[in-house]
Amino acid sequence: MNRSFAESTARERVTHLLDADTFHEILGPAERVVSPHLALLGVPSAFDDGVVIGSGLLDGQAILVAAQEGEFMGGGVGEVHGAKLVGLFKRALVVQPAAVIVLAESGGVRLHEANAGLIAVSEVMRALLDVRAQGVPVIMLIGGANGCFGGMGLIARCADHVVMSDIGRLAMSGPEVIESSNGVEEFDSRDRALVWRTTGGKHRYLTGDCDVLVEDDVAQFRAAAMGLLGQSLPLSLASMEAEHALLASRLSRYGDCRDALDIWQRSGVAEPLRVADMEAGQMPVLKALNPKELA
Amino acid sequence: MNWETLLAALFGNSHEVKRDGDLLSGSAEFNGRTLTVVGTTNHAAIGVELALAQARVVLNTVREYPGRGILLLVDTQGQRLRHRDELLGINRYMAHMGCCVELARRQHHPVIGLVYDQALSGGFITSGLMADACYALPEAEIRVMRLPAMARVTKIDEQRLAELSKSNPVFAPGVENYVAMGGIRALWSGDLKACLSAALLDASTLDARAADGAARGGRRLAAQVTARVVNA
Repeated sequence: MNRSFAESTARERVTHLLDADTFHEILGPAERVVSPHLALLGVPSAFDDGVVIGSGLLDGQAILVAAQEGEFMGGGVGEVHGAKLVGLFKRALVVQPAAVIVLAESGGVRLHEANAGLIAVSEVMRALLDVRAQGVPVIMLIGGANGCFGGMGLIARCADHVVMSDIGRLAMSGPEVIESSNGVEEFDSRDRALVWRTTGGKHRYLTGDCDVLVEDDVAQFRAAAMGLLGQSLPLSLASMEAEHALLASRLSRYGDCRDALDIWQRSGVAEPLRVADMEAGQMPVLKALNPKELA
Repeated sequence: MNWETLLAALFGNSHEVKRDGDLLSGSAEFNGRTLTVVGTTNHAAIGVELALAQARVVLNTVREYPGRGILLLVDTQGQRLRHRDELLGINRYMAHMGCCVELARRQHHPVIGLVYDQALSGGFITSGLMADACYALPEAEIRVMRLPAMARVTKIDEQRLAELSKSNPVFAPGVENYVAMGGIRALWSGDLKACLSAALLDASTLDARAADGAARGGRRLAAQVTARVVNA
């Protein structure tokens, strides 16, 4: 039976992602490692500061895992939350797991700890890239209801691989932020169809920003993560030049597009108007028809 | 500080840094060596084009000038808030910029960030905060959000935020707060040439910010939590 990733808690996601009974939490709730800043502001704390971290087995292989809890402050990154992520990546340098898997669900920096969160995001990026440099794959899983935004959206694109569900979202600024800054004409945050075709898993998959697209199902995320174990994409001048060429090409080909529908149509996606109704499983076939045009 | 004034204070006439829109780029002679200078001005909103352009300068430096120092000049209002940028995947463009800086550091280029005017939110993460060390001028402004906006979003009374910000560097705007938390290594004042010279000598690939933050009392838990995770 399917277990909705979006409707699961962080701990449920981890429990069902890993091989049964292999998850060992680090700095779990019993340790009471909480944010000292929230109490000062009169805001309730969480005993894990909104991120579950630990180790376990996936397909019999040792991995490290982090899962953000979107229900706590939108998964926002503060001092302790960020430090747990940094610590996990630094731990990976020592124990050399088969992968570090991050179940990302976050609006970015936690405003209540804005400065600490901003610095923490860059520290996470540096630590993550250290892990990649040692050949340990970093795999980002994105499917929570809150999406992956802000600093976490940057972190996601520093990983070796990104797996998304079709209902997951990945972007920099949330549509509400863009609307409040530049008006509803710029980005109507209440237009759910627009939001999803701009930041959702299908568009990110068709453009290559998401490597594997799955349904909203923990088992499918698990299968995708298993398939990516051992696949490291080291950072090098050659890989960065290739990335640069890809991004420059995307800008020149689609920079004047005003909607994902325009991008899909121009790139040759068959029946772009039907993409929204398609199952996640149909997307690879669609993409394969025009492998060079989009990504 | 105006970017031209800054460059004159650092390099006198010995630089070929040009402005192209909001992009600053070029090279400068310093203590007998050539540095790459790249960054933004005019409180630039970092969109896909500007992220890509800065990354290009960094990549060219790595490709053509082994070991050359890189000075990142930060003046940004953060990421550009446009539907089009999100459509194109601005987070990937900005992450690319950050990864290029990281590649440069890894390839033994000293990378120094300097916030000379404004550093806001995401635009700061993938430039100055990815450097070996980031410095700031005392008059520079660094923040995620101003207190009134923060009060609206968090629904915490603005007066309360203002009061708490006097003793807690963790959320309020202010360059001193970032120094206290270790995000900014130090403020540069007086002889900027001496500051740059010292920074280049001090450049290190190790990330000491959490330790600095703890020692300065601005970010007490980050380093110890990280250590507990590593040693668990």
